[in-house]
Amino acid sequence: MKKLINDPADVIVDALHGLAAAHPELRVDFENRVVVRSDAPVQGKVGLVSGGGSGHEPLHAGFVGPGMLDAACAGEVFTSPVPDQMVAATEAVDGGAGVLHIVKNYTGDVMNFELAAEMVAADKGTEVIAVVVDDDVAVQDSLYTAGRRGVGATVLVEKIAGAAAAEGRPLTDVAEVARKVNAYARSMGLALTSCTVPAAGHPTFDLPDDQMEVGIGIHGEPGRRRVPVAPANEIAEMLVSPILTDLDFTGGDGVIAFVNGMGATPLIELYVMFNEVTQLLSKNGITVARSLVGPYITSLDMAGCSVTLLKADDELLRLWDAPVNTPALRRGV
Amino acid sequence: MDATALSAWIREFADLVARNRDELTALDSAIGDGDHGVNMDRGLTAVVAALDAEPPDTPSALFKKVGMTLISKVGGASGPLYGTAFLRMSAAADSVLDGPGFAKVLRSGLDGVVARGKASPGDKTMVDALTPAVEALETAFAGGADVTAAFQAAADAADQGREATVPLVARKGRASYLGERSAGHADPGATSVTLLMRAAASTLGAAG
Repeated sequence: MKKLINDPADVIVDALHGLAAAHPELRVDFENRVVVRSDAPVQGKVGLVSGGGSGHEPLHAGFVGPGMLDAACAGEVFTSPVPDQMVAATEAVDGGAGVLHIVKNYTGDVMNFELAAEMVAADKGTEVIAVVVDDDVAVQDSLYTAGRRGVGATVLVEKIAGAAAAEGRPLTDVAEVARKVNAYARSMGLALTSCTVPAAGHPTFDLPDDQMEVGIGIHGEPGRRRVPVAPANEIAEMLVSPILTDLDFTGGDGVIAFVNGMGATPLIELYVMFNEVTQLLSKNGITVARSLVGPYITSLDMAGCSVTLLKADDELLRLWDAPVNTPALRRGV
Repeated sequence: MDATALSAWIREFADLVARNRDELTALDSAIGDGDHGVNMDRGLTAVVAALDAEPPDTPSALFKKVGMTLISKVGGASGPLYGTAFLRMSAAADSVLDGPGFAKVLRSGLDGVVARGKASPGDKTMVDALTPAVEALETAFAGGADVTAAFQAAADAADQGREATVPLVARKGRASYLGERSAGHADPGATSVTLLMRAAASTLGAAG
């Protein structure tokens, strides 16, 4: 394992110190590993809290700031944060209008956020609504599974719900916007290599040079199937067609198309992929209204990408275009 | 069984998890995200430190401390599940537990895990080892077995429950995202439960 770290045990706290040093507009609670926008709590505004295992940077701490999240909790690498962290984050951003928890659909995240919401409600009476993101079409959703994973759509939910909260809308409205984004977004991912968790020191799974994993999540967990490495146009087809099979993306005001890098894939390859994705969408009569290309929800040093499509209407596009000022996403300010 | 005896059980569990940390993590890497050993070891190290700092004087206080510490330190799914189990055990515990009293307490812990995780037997989770362990303990005491035999039966039943998870397709937790590919591997949560029950056999059972 070759990594720019000191002790594997100190990776998260060292990274948080670096984030704090680079971004004086953020406030970092090192004890609770919570990143908060420095002017929080904003009185009268719904607070947005998300969080999850570390290793997905810039998600979530990189999206803390005006127009997006008010706070993010950093768990251990690929491990959900504990309720104490979520309680600290919730209290730090409670401006009297309630707090929205944006939770990716993983058993651990869901249970820890549930416990935290119970603790905050019992202690301070703060109103908390949780929205669970579950956009991954690689996972068959049924009564007999934990449901779909939350992946790329999380970034879109945080941006769009963040804009709704910045408009001063009430908690139930902001939650409804977040649920709408989740309902109309679908994702699919692929890995060319495994990632290496610092504490483990070796790749999470073996993936021969001539093979790739299709349908991966963001934790180095194996995908649904393993296939020979293919050119970008075939890969785009493997990612886009299950998404289009799952939801009709025609009509509406076009899609927000998001090609995400898993951490070790350079932008040049992501743009190659974006080109293939837009051609496929065009062939299927789908208009790209907005786009996002880059590493926004990653899996440490995994190579690969994911595609997320969001079927947008006028309201979602307007909120997507609203100003945002965070370390990893900034525009209109 | 008083707080001291039950503390010895938890310390032995912590020791077994530390020694099997890499095995638990390897099992989790096969079907999950590869952190079960690391997380449980981190949580139980904190539990032992908390017990050293301020030894609880009743079973209820002990279980509460164990549960709260696990929830605060473990994260993932294991923290809320093991933490809820011990909090429920705390609520059910009398000042001193005899064998059947311990079985009743452990049954409450199992009910807590089921309520929090919404898993049933056969879903390939820790419930698949904990359920037969509790049932074996209850059956053994109902049949008049002594403490040593009863805890050994519970440990054996947990082992068998764990083995039975190998061919299953996971339906809860992160392993469920793999579908059919999760078959062929023992469940990491069921495996850590076998360590919990083995620790009970070697400490609480040995006190027989």
